[in-house]
Amino acid sequence: MLASGFVLEFLKGPTLALQEFYLLTGRAMRNVTRQPHYTDDIKLQMDSIGVGSIPIVLLTGFFSGAVMALQMGRALQQYGQTGRTGTVVSIILVRELGPVLTALMVAGRNASGIASELGSMKVTEQIDAMRALGTDPIQKLVTPRMIATGVMLPCLTVIDDFVGMVGGWIIGKLLYDLDALQYWSQTWHALVWSDVVQGLLKPFVYSFVISLIGCFYGLRASGGTQGVGRATTQAMVAASVTILILNLFMGLIFVKYSGN
Amino acid sequence: MAAAANLLEFDKVSVEFDAGVPVLDQISFSVPEGQTRIIMGAAGSGKTVLLKTAMGLNRACAGRISLLGEDITEKPENQLFDIRARVGMLFQDSALFDSMTVAQNVAYPLLNQKSIQIPRDKMEEKVRESLRFVELEQALTKYPSELSGGMRRRAAIARAVVTGPPLLLYDSPTAGLDPITAHTIMALIIKERDMDNTTALVVTHRYQDGNLVANFRYNPDSGTLDPAGERATNTVFMVLREGRLVFEGTQTELEACSDSYVGKFVKKPEYAA
Repeated sequence: MLASGFVLEFLKGPTLALQEFYLLTGRAMRNVTRQPHYTDDIKLQMDSIGVGSIPIVLLTGFFSGAVMALQMGRALQQYGQTGRTGTVVSIILVRELGPVLTALMVAGRNASGIASELGSMKVTEQIDAMRALGTDPIQKLVTPRMIATGVMLPCLTVIDDFVGMVGGWIIGKLLYDLDALQYWSQTWHALVWSDVVQGLLKPFVYSFVISLIGCFYGLRASGGTQGVGRATTQAMVAASVTILILNLFMGLIFVKYSGN
Repeated sequence: MAAAANLLEFDKVSVEFDAGVPVLDQISFSVPEGQTRIIMGAAGSGKTVLLKTAMGLNRACAGRISLLGEDITEKPENQLFDIRARVGMLFQDSALFDSMTVAQNVAYPLLNQKSIQIPRDKMEEKVRESLRFVELEQALTKYPSELSGGMRRRAAIARAVVTGPPLLLYDSPTAGLDPITAHTIMALIIKERDMDNTTALVVTHRYQDGNLVANFRYNPDSGTLDPAGERATNTVFMVLREGRLVFEGTQTELEACSDSYVGKFVKKPEYAA
């Protein structure tokens, strides 16, 4: 009896947080079709979240593609199949590594950035001031970030995939003397439509995780600068873990229903 | 003469953040048009909560609140924005948007409130006019972090009055300011009241602020505060203690009050008229 009471008391906090998260998500989604639309804020966030993340995505893509070609080339060499390196790099990048690594990088950079920005606004009463001045903070702050991340993350993933393939090709050329035409034709022909759908649908879903978790923790921040720091860390950890969990489940769904 | 309409009414309003611990306890009062209400009380007595509850920023757990003639007690958040747009509020720490310049801060309500339709070309003039009112026109392009405490408070007043709201809520406008700057801020509040005939709630723990509002008027010719004399101002004092309203009345009644807690807030200022 005592134990069940303790468990129920322990579950109250997470349940309430989950409920608040769903409410925030619902309101942010509903605002997509509601006036007013803050298009300037959407453009600003697309620049900050999307364009601002390009350098880190280029670096991540290039080195992950290069290291994958390095290891896969070595493994395939044992079977005399080094020429298949492009196929392996292409499939793994487009289906799995591209979406996940891009999302993790953007989560590290932006979920924490969003949480700290909104958290600072919360603890200095700027969110209350916004409400008092007759504007909906969810419409003004959350929805533009959600839309901007939803548009930019799939674009960043495409960039990451391509740069990863370039990294793989450079390693293939330098270490395994792969022919450029052979490598690129293999990367192209290895992909089927379900890979492309998977490679774009995943980042689209992750974009909501990054933006909404960042906003959620930011808007819940309390306790001054320490609270903002805590919200920032929590947002980044929660977004990263959720992305990794979702990646497995989405992968399972695609394997089950598309056979890939 | 017909009685002035109430712009704000509290009817047995209670607010709780933790169950069973009231922050506001059965508060009732009404603010008719043209009245200035001074709200005093010790730190933690519920003054700021009262102002935020009046705006619907905090929810009441009991009682009813009417703001500008509309019952806001159970209105959903998205229906409150248009009502709040007609009320100006000065926050305790100014709450200016720190990523925006002073001009952008003051223009914010004009740009973002659905009910306000001002052509873009008129916007700048409106912002300048509002900043001229608080004598801060030279700080248009500065960021809040570049301003002193008093200047931030003045910029926040400019933002609160830029849309010409009929009701203004000031949360501790002089807190943490030196006496000269505090006097300047109070003079601006009196100027706004007398120039635009606004109704106001002023939260403060300084009796001299209330005394200034109750006994002085803004003289537009000289730009100074003159003793009100015969032209008495419509000022009412309220004192809160641990979330309860322990006093409501005129300045004379306040000074005559025998309650020891209330008496602690009252002192005869040297400059009283």
